[in-house]
Amino acid sequence: MQEIADDFADLLAPQRLELLLEFSEGLPELPERYAGRLGEMEQVHECQSPIFLAVEVDDEPADDPGERAVHLFFSAPQEAPTTRGFAGILSEGLDGLTAAQVLAVPEDAPYRFSLGEAVSPLRLRGMVGMLSRIKRQVALRTRS
Amino acid sequence: MVDTAAPDTAAPDTADSDSADSDSADSSGSFSRYAHPERLVSTQWLAEQIEAGAVGGPDGIVVLESDEDVLLYDTGHIPGSLKLDWHQDLNDPVVRDYVDAQQFAAVMSARGVGRDTTVVLYGDKNNWWAAYALWVMSLFGHEDVRLLDGGRAKWAAEGRELTREVPAVPTLAGDAAYPVVERDDAPIRAFKEDVLAHLGGPLVDVRSPGEYSGELLHMPDYPQEGAMRGGHIPGAKSVPWARAANEDGTFRSREDLEAIYLQEQGLSPADPTIAYCRIGERSSHTWFVLTHLLGFDDVRNYDGSWTEWGNSVRVPVEQGAPA
Repeated sequence: MQEIADDFADLLAPQRLELLLEFSEGLPELPERYAGRLGEMEQVHECQSPIFLAVEVDDEPADDPGERAVHLFFSAPQEAPTTRGFAGILSEGLDGLTAAQVLAVPEDAPYRFSLGEAVSPLRLRGMVGMLSRIKRQVALRTRS
Repeated sequence: MVDTAAPDTAAPDTADSDSADSDSADSSGSFSRYAHPERLVSTQWLAEQIEAGAVGGPDGIVVLESDEDVLLYDTGHIPGSLKLDWHQDLNDPVVRDYVDAQQFAAVMSARGVGRDTTVVLYGDKNNWWAAYALWVMSLFGHEDVRLLDGGRAKWAAEGRELTREVPAVPTLAGDAAYPVVERDDAPIRAFKEDVLAHLGGPLVDVRSPGEYSGELLHMPDYPQEGAMRGGHIPGAKSVPWARAANEDGTFRSREDLEAIYLQEQGLSPADPTIAYCRIGERSSHTWFVLTHLLGFDDVRNYDGSWTEWGNSVRVPVEQGAPA
C-alpha cells in the first residue's frame, strides 16, 4: 500500500487521475463462484455507487491465523470508475497479504494517496469504508 | 425512448414559448411544448451536429460533460466533448460557494467557450451534475446553455460513439476570451435567510420520501451522515426529482409534468418558488424542470439545502410523511 501511495505522490494531480483510472481498469473480474451472488457479498454503503466486496482468508497455517493469506473480491459498475479505482488500489495493495498485515493497515490509509484534491475528501470516505469493512471481515475470519 | 408527448396535432394553444428561434435549436417535436424548448437537445440532434462538424471549431457548439464520478469522462465521452469537473472547476476550493467571475471566465475560456457560445451539457446520474452546472452557468448569465435530454446514459444506451480522445482546444484570449461577468445570485439562488423569509410560500423538497419524513439523512443506500436533524422545511411539498424523469432519463412530457407539479401539488408558475435537496444538485434538476420546461417565472435553488438547514440552530423543522 505504501508503494502505491508513493506512486501517487510522485505525480501531478491530472496524472493521479490517470493512475486511478489504470487501477479502475485493472480491477480483477469477479470469479465465477460469486456471479449472481451479490446478496452474499457485503455492500459498502459508504460509497456513492453500488459496490460489493467479499473477503476470503485461507485455512492454513492452522496454528497461526495471523499468517493466513487474505483474498479480496469486488463488484463495482463500469459507470463508477472512481469507485472501481479505489477497489483496484485495495485489491492490488492488500490481496495476498497475511491477515496480520491487512489488520495493521492504518484506517486513514486512503487519505495517503494524494487524491483529496483530485477526487474530494468526501469521495475518499467511500474508500475508508471499504478498508474498514475488509479489516472487520478479516478480523472475524481469523478470530481464534 | 418513450416519448409521452401528445401528437403535434394536439398541440395546445397555450404555448408560451419565448424560445430563441436559433437556427441551431433542436426542433424535435417533443420539445416544442415545453416553455423553453431551446434549453433541451436530443441525442439525435447532437449526433447530427457532431456529424456536420458543428461541435468544436471556431464558433462551434461546445459540449461539456459534468459528472458525479470524476473519472467517468476519462473512460470515454461524446466525441468532441470536454470535461467540466464540478468539484475543481465550479466550486471555490475554500469557501462553500461557487467560483468567482475571474475563475469562471478562465474555466470557460480554457474550453473555448465565449459569451455567445452554444454550450450543451450532459452527465451521469440523470444529468444531476449537468443540471447543476447549467444552473451555475445561469448564475453568470450565460445565455445559451442546454441539456442533453437523457444525458450520458441515453447516449450510451443507444450505442452511440464514446471516445477517449480529448480534443485540443486553444484557450480563448483577448477579445475572444470569456468576459469577467459578476455572478448575479439573487434571481435564481436562495440562501438560508431567503428561505426563512419565504416560509409559508411554495417550497419543493426533491429528496426521497425517507429523507423528507426525517427517517433518513441521505439518499437510500448512501451513508447516513451530513446533518444533525432529519425532516423537511415546514410547508415543503415532497416531489422527488425522479418523478420528472422517464425510465431512460429523459424528461417527462409537459402534460405529465403539469399533472404532477400543478394539478397534484398545487404549485403555480406565477408564485415565487424555492427548490432544495441535500446539497443542491438534485434540486437543480427540478429547478430546470420548473423554470425551463414548465415556465415558472421565479424559481430559486436553495443550494445550501439540507446539509445546511439540518445543521442550523433553531431553524424550524417538520417531520413526517407527506400529507
